[in-house]
Amino acid sequence: MSQGWLGIFGDTTEMSGSDSFLGYVGPLVFGTLYAAIVALTIATPLAVAVALFISHYAPRRMSQTLGYLIDLLAAIPSVVFGIWGITVVAPLMSDDVFPWLSDNLSFIPIFSGTASTSGRTMLTAGMVLAMMVLPIITAISREIFLQTPRLHQEASLALGATKWEMIRQTVLPYGRSGVISGAMLGLGRALGETMAVAIILSPSDGYFWSLVTNQNSNTIASNIALKFPEAYGLDVNRLIATGLVLFGITFVVNMFARRIANAGLMGVGE
Amino acid sequence: MNTVVARVNEQPSLSSAQMSRAVPVLIGLASVAVAILLTVAGGGFRWGWVFILSGLIYVVAIAIVARVVEDRRQSTDRVMRTVITFAFIGVLVPLASVFWTVITEGVSRFDSIFLSETMRMSPESMLAQLDGGVAGGAYHAMVGTLIVTGVSGMIAVPIGVLTAIYLVEFGSGRLASTVTRMVDVMTGIPSIVAGLFAYALFELFLGPGTRSGLSGGVALSLLMAPVVIRSSEEMLRLVPNELREASYALGVPKWKTILKVVLPTAIAGILTGVTLSVARVIGETAPLLVTVGLAQDTNYNPLDGRMTTLPVYTYYQYVQPGLPTEAGHARAWAAAMMLVIIVAALFTLARILSWALKPKGL
Repeated sequence: MSQGWLGIFGDTTEMSGSDSFLGYVGPLVFGTLYAAIVALTIATPLAVAVALFISHYAPRRMSQTLGYLIDLLAAIPSVVFGIWGITVVAPLMSDDVFPWLSDNLSFIPIFSGTASTSGRTMLTAGMVLAMMVLPIITAISREIFLQTPRLHQEASLALGATKWEMIRQTVLPYGRSGVISGAMLGLGRALGETMAVAIILSPSDGYFWSLVTNQNSNTIASNIALKFPEAYGLDVNRLIATGLVLFGITFVVNMFARRIANAGLMGVGE
Repeated sequence: MNTVVARVNEQPSLSSAQMSRAVPVLIGLASVAVAILLTVAGGGFRWGWVFILSGLIYVVAIAIVARVVEDRRQSTDRVMRTVITFAFIGVLVPLASVFWTVITEGVSRFDSIFLSETMRMSPESMLAQLDGGVAGGAYHAMVGTLIVTGVSGMIAVPIGVLTAIYLVEFGSGRLASTVTRMVDVMTGIPSIVAGLFAYALFELFLGPGTRSGLSGGVALSLLMAPVVIRSSEEMLRLVPNELREASYALGVPKWKTILKVVLPTAIAGILTGVTLSVARVIGETAPLLVTVGLAQDTNYNPLDGRMTTLPVYTYYQYVQPGLPTEAGHARAWAAAMMLVIIVAALFTLARILSWALKPKGL
């Protein structure tokens, strides 16, 4: 399998002509990482809170159903999230949130520039991506929070700790590696997510830091989806080569996730 | 000695002051009221702002009250409880919004024409559509989804289950650990990369620009196989060793033990895993966009030519709706609704399967 990839990759670098491959893939890599980081920044704290709610705050009987709901959320096709994002989230953001952000917070570089009126920005895409990776992080965090030894929790409560103190002293330290590896797996999904970004983002060529304007760096996956159906000749090879770059990035991320998860499990065994 | 006695005497009782249960409810109602007043006064009454503002006001209020009546630790506890609960509700809102939007937008075109016609429309129905009539359907997309998912299932399920059997019953040493690592890598493949791989594979044999249902099936099977392997492996490992040993003790050969003892015991879990893996791939858009493409009409032959599938249909009806735009968008939502229904049905089926086929007395 990797040989097939390498053959295609070699082809492309030799023949891509006027635009060097690095110049082509650079903004895409930036956009991919940026969108994924925005998504994770939003999703991780929320996911931990939701996992805690399901594992420790919600009534026992409810938590099963809630877990099922969150799993179902993970299975909703990404194209559905995409058209939901552009019909519901994008107008909401461009009507209410972006004007306010660019009026009041434009001194922060990521909120600078003319606010988009269509809502097809990196922030919208990041928020929809966050909705998509949230179930993954939640599922893994909830699982590991539920595994926290009962004795630890009861000991903490018996010493007079409040519920939050108990969670901070026993559940969070125990679950930290699980949360981190869940976040990394979520990162892997956010990096490779195609359709939602392809539908929502309005892409431009280059590097753009601002989250609220119409000019955004595209992601690798969404760029392939947008250009592949009409591409021919060497463009196809170039797109496939960017796919290889994407594969490399997710491969590294997933490897780290597993390493952290394994190290965490060993630590727990002591 | 004196000081200790004094300190003990200072403490009136073992339990500290506690708010009555009604207080947080009252504060909650008050903060919602204040939030509504504030948004109305600010000129823009919207439920979203009311929700956010009342949450903020409630957190601040409960922190201050708990700080005064109780102590710092109780106050932190209450604040965190509030924040976590609000985060949870804040996540449920978009989830509900997804379902609500899909159902309300999709139900208008979820009719018999949508289920029975394709996008190859007669001139009359095209004209009717321009006048606001109902035309065009997704029959070809449903057929395509069935064929492509069927092909990927036919490839991924046998390979997946057999790999799992190998890993659990036979595997040891370097080959098994290599296979496990490969499955790990495959789990993390972005779906579009799987699509590109299948495209490149078929391009090698059939020349550039090739599109077929079979290559889509191959792409999906790459995404499906690791899920099947993972879940089947887990289920096979749950089969108690005593059952295998009892079978061996009766002189049954290994292959028959696996076929007659191990597999029937684990079949519920395996089928559940297969159903969930189908639910995972049936909504995949990106790999099919690359490998199968889009067609106007029904194509029953997976070996040749483009084919439409439901997710790709949804995408194209949304981004290239044609004229009038609303008609295309309505079809996109109807297809999205169908996808969500299929996924939810598969989830429910998986639950029923795992419950109905559970081996008795284990």
